[in-house]
Amino acid sequence: MAQLLQLLDSAIAFGTVIMLGALGEILIEKSGNLNLGIPGVMFLGAIGGLIPPFFYELNGGSNPIVGILLSLLCALLFAAFGGLIYSFLTITLRANQNVTGLTLTIFGAGFAEFFGASLNKLAGGVGQISIPVTSAGFRAYTALGAKGGLMKLIFGHGFLVYLSLVIAIVMHWFLNRTRKGLNLRAVGENPGTADAAGINVTRYKYLGTIIGSAIAGLGGLFYTVDYIKGTWANDGTVEGLGWLAVALVIFATWKPLNAIWGSYLFGIVMWSYMYVPGLTRSTSELYKMLPYVMTLLVLILVSLRKKRENQPPASLGLSYFREER
Amino acid sequence: MEVQNAIKMENITKRFGKVVANNAINMELHEGEILSLLGENGSGKTTLMNMLSGIYYPDEGQIYVHGKPVTIASPKDAFDNHIGMIHQHFKLVDVFTAAENIVLGLEGEGKFDIKDVNKKVAEICEKYGFDIKPDQKIYDMSVSQKQTVEIVKVLYRGADILILDEPTAVLTPQETTKLFAIMRNMQKDGKSLIIITHKLHEVLEVSDRVAILRKGEYIGDVATKDANQQSLTDMMVGRSVSLNIDRPEPVNVKPRLVIENLTAYDELGVKRLDDVTFTVNAGEVLGIAGVAGSGQKELLESIAGLYPVASGKITYLEPDVDYTATNEDGTPVNTPKELVGLDPMSIRKNGIAMSFVPEDRLGMGLVGTMGMTGNMMLRSWRSGKGLFVNRKDPEALANRIWKELEVVAPSTEFPVRRMSGGNVQKVLVGREIAQSPSVLMTAYAVRGLDINTSYTIYNLLTEQKMKGVAVVYVGEDLDVLLELCDRLVVLCGGQVSGVVDARNITKEEVGLLMTQHRKEGAE
Repeated sequence: MAQLLQLLDSAIAFGTVIMLGALGEILIEKSGNLNLGIPGVMFLGAIGGLIPPFFYELNGGSNPIVGILLSLLCALLFAAFGGLIYSFLTITLRANQNVTGLTLTIFGAGFAEFFGASLNKLAGGVGQISIPVTSAGFRAYTALGAKGGLMKLIFGHGFLVYLSLVIAIVMHWFLNRTRKGLNLRAVGENPGTADAAGINVTRYKYLGTIIGSAIAGLGGLFYTVDYIKGTWANDGTVEGLGWLAVALVIFATWKPLNAIWGSYLFGIVMWSYMYVPGLTRSTSELYKMLPYVMTLLVLILVSLRKKRENQPPASLGLSYFREER
Repeated sequence: MEVQNAIKMENITKRFGKVVANNAINMELHEGEILSLLGENGSGKTTLMNMLSGIYYPDEGQIYVHGKPVTIASPKDAFDNHIGMIHQHFKLVDVFTAAENIVLGLEGEGKFDIKDVNKKVAEICEKYGFDIKPDQKIYDMSVSQKQTVEIVKVLYRGADILILDEPTAVLTPQETTKLFAIMRNMQKDGKSLIIITHKLHEVLEVSDRVAILRKGEYIGDVATKDANQQSLTDMMVGRSVSLNIDRPEPVNVKPRLVIENLTAYDELGVKRLDDVTFTVNAGEVLGIAGVAGSGQKELLESIAGLYPVASGKITYLEPDVDYTATNEDGTPVNTPKELVGLDPMSIRKNGIAMSFVPEDRLGMGLVGTMGMTGNMMLRSWRSGKGLFVNRKDPEALANRIWKELEVVAPSTEFPVRRMSGGNVQKVLVGREIAQSPSVLMTAYAVRGLDINTSYTIYNLLTEQKMKGVAVVYVGEDLDVLLELCDRLVVLCGGQVSGVVDARNITKEEVGLLMTQHRKEGAE
C-alpha cells in the first residue's frame, strides 16, 4: 500500500510537468499552430524561474512569497517570449512551423543550459545552485497533507500541482463554453471561415500561442523548483519531458480534461519500473518507453475509429494567408 | 406607387490589374423582390456581388442601401448593413454543430449560452421551413443542409438582403424546388433577394426581375414575366464578334477516341457526368462548350485516367491500325484499347500518347518552384537508364520552348511559379506538344492570357490538328470556340445537350444548348 501511494505520488509530480506542457500545447494547437518548440519553451520557463530567486536569495532575500512571485513572473515571461518568437516567425512571416518549432527547442535548450551552467558556476562551492527558500515555498502544503497516507497523496503537493488542474478545467471550459474559445477553435480548424466570420485570425493565433507557451513554461518551472527542488543540471531532461508532453497532446486527443488523467497515467507507467522487481538497468529503460508506445496505440485507435472530434485541428501546421487561394 | 430600392449600385467599376471585371455598373434591387443576376462565366456577376458582401472594394462608384450611401469595406460592414451573402463554397467548420457555425465570430452580449442559440436557430428554421437540427455536426450533413446552415447564418445575423451565389449548382432538382420555396417564404417576410445563376429555367421560375451582365457590362434588366429563354439567351451571349482565327479545313479525319455512355460521380455522390457519348476525331479540334461546372473537368480527367468512372466506355483507336480487318473466323485482327480503369501510367505504358493541359496549371500541370528544365523532366524521368536521370534532353527541350514560344523568363532555371500566366501556359503547352501526342486535351488553355499569347496557343493547337492529332479544347469564350473548333460538344449539367458543327451554328444556338437539359423536367 505504501509502495502504491509512493508510486502515485511520484506519478503526480511527474505528470504535472508534462500536463502543463501538454495543456500549453493543446491551446497552441487549437489555434492551428503545431509548436514543436514545447521542449524549448519548457526550458525557457525552467531557467526563467530559477534566475530571479537565485539572485534574490544570493543577496539575502528570505521571503518565499517574493521568491515565488519573481520566479513565476520570470518563468511566464521567458516562456511567453519563446512563444512570441515562434508566433512572429510562423504567423507573421509564415515560416514553416515544424522547422521553427524544432529551432525553438534547440534555442531553448541552449539558452537554458548556458545560463544554468553559469548559475552553477556563480553559486561556487560544489558547483550546484540551490534556492532553498523559494523552492520550499513552491513545495509547501497544508496541514491536511502532513497527515500522511492518502491525505498526503491528495493534499501533500506544492500549489503548482493544483494550479495545473485548475488550468486544465478552465481551459476545457474556455474552449467549449465561451465564444472566444469557439472562435479560437474555428481559427485552428478553418482559418478562412473564421476570417470570413470577422474573427481576427492573426490575433487569436498570436494569443493562443503566447499564452499556451507561458502555460507550457510553467511545466519547466515546476520541474526545476519543485520536482528537482530548486537546482539545475545540464542533463537535458527537460527536453525529453517536453517531447512526452507533445505525445500527451495526441494521447489526450486535444482535450484538456484527458490531459489530466493521461499525464498521471504516463507518470505511473514511467515510474512503474521502480516497483517491478528484478529489472536490470537496461530492462528498466523498456518501461520508460511505455508512454510512447501508449501514444502510438492511441494514434492507431483514433485513426481507426475516425471519429472527427478526436482528430487534430484541421488546419494544424498550416500558415494562413488570406489572399492565397 | 414608387418602388423603394433595397440596394442601388451607381457606376460601380472594379479592375483586377488590366482586366476590367465590372465596368460602370448601375443596378438596383427593389425592396421585397427576388432578382436574378444572369450572365456567362467571367461576366462579373460574383465580383459585383462580392462588392456588396465586403470581399472586394469597388474602385469607383457608390453603393446605396435603403437609399443611404454606404461604404462596405469588410464582411462586417456588410452585416452591419444587413446584407448577407451565401457563397458558392461554404465557409463552415466541419467539426462544429450548425448552431456553433451560426454564432461563430459574433460578439455576444452576456454569457455564451449554446442552448439559447439552439433555440433561436430552431425558431428561424421553423419560420422559413428549413430542415436542419441546430446540434447536428456539419460533417454529418448533406450539401443541401450545409447550404441551409449558411442561409440560417445570415438570417441569424439579421440580414434582410440576401445574395445567393449559384445556390442550385450543388443541389438536386428536389432540393432546388425546396430552396425556391424557402426563398419565396423569405420574400413574403419582406426580405430582398438576389440569386446569381446561369440556368435560365430557374431564372424564369423563381425571380421577379432579371438583370443581365455580359463581359463586365450591365446589359439591362427585364421583368421575368416579359422574358423567355430565347430573349434571355440573346441578352446573355450577345452578338458574335469576329476573331479571325486561322481555321484550315481538317484533312484525313478518323475517329481516335470513342466515348460511350460515360457516367461519373464525385466524392459526395453527385452525378457529374451523365451518359456522355461522343467521338473525338484525329485531325480535328473538338470544342467542349458549357457553363462552368457542367462536367468539363470531370470529362477530361476521366479520359486522362484521373477521375473514377462509374460506368461507360472510352475506347482508343490507334492511328495507322486497321480495325476493319478480320481473321478467318470473323473476329477482328485488332481490337481498340479500353481506357476506363487505367491510370495515367498504364495509359502511357499501353503506348497511348495522351497529353493533358489541365485547368490548374501550377497545381496539376507544373511544379511551381522548379524551373523549365525540371518541369520538362516530369515527363521524361523514366526514360534514362540506370540510377541517374537524363538532364540533357529536357534541358534542350526547355531551351527550344524558351526560344520558339518566346517564353519571357531570365533562364530555363527560373521557377515557373514566378512567371506570368501566359508564360506558364506556354511552358505547359510546349511540353505537352513536345510529347508528340495522338490526343491533346486542353482545359481553358487561354484563361487569363493576353490576346497575343492566346493566338499563339490557337495556332499551336491548329498546327497539331493538321499533324493528325485529336485536339480537345475546353473553352468558355463562345466566339473562340466557334472560330477555332471544327465540331462542338455542348455540355449541360453533366449531359451532352448537343454535338454540332462549329462552322454552321450561331452563338445563340450554342448558348441555348448550354442552358438546356436534354431531359428537361424528366428528373
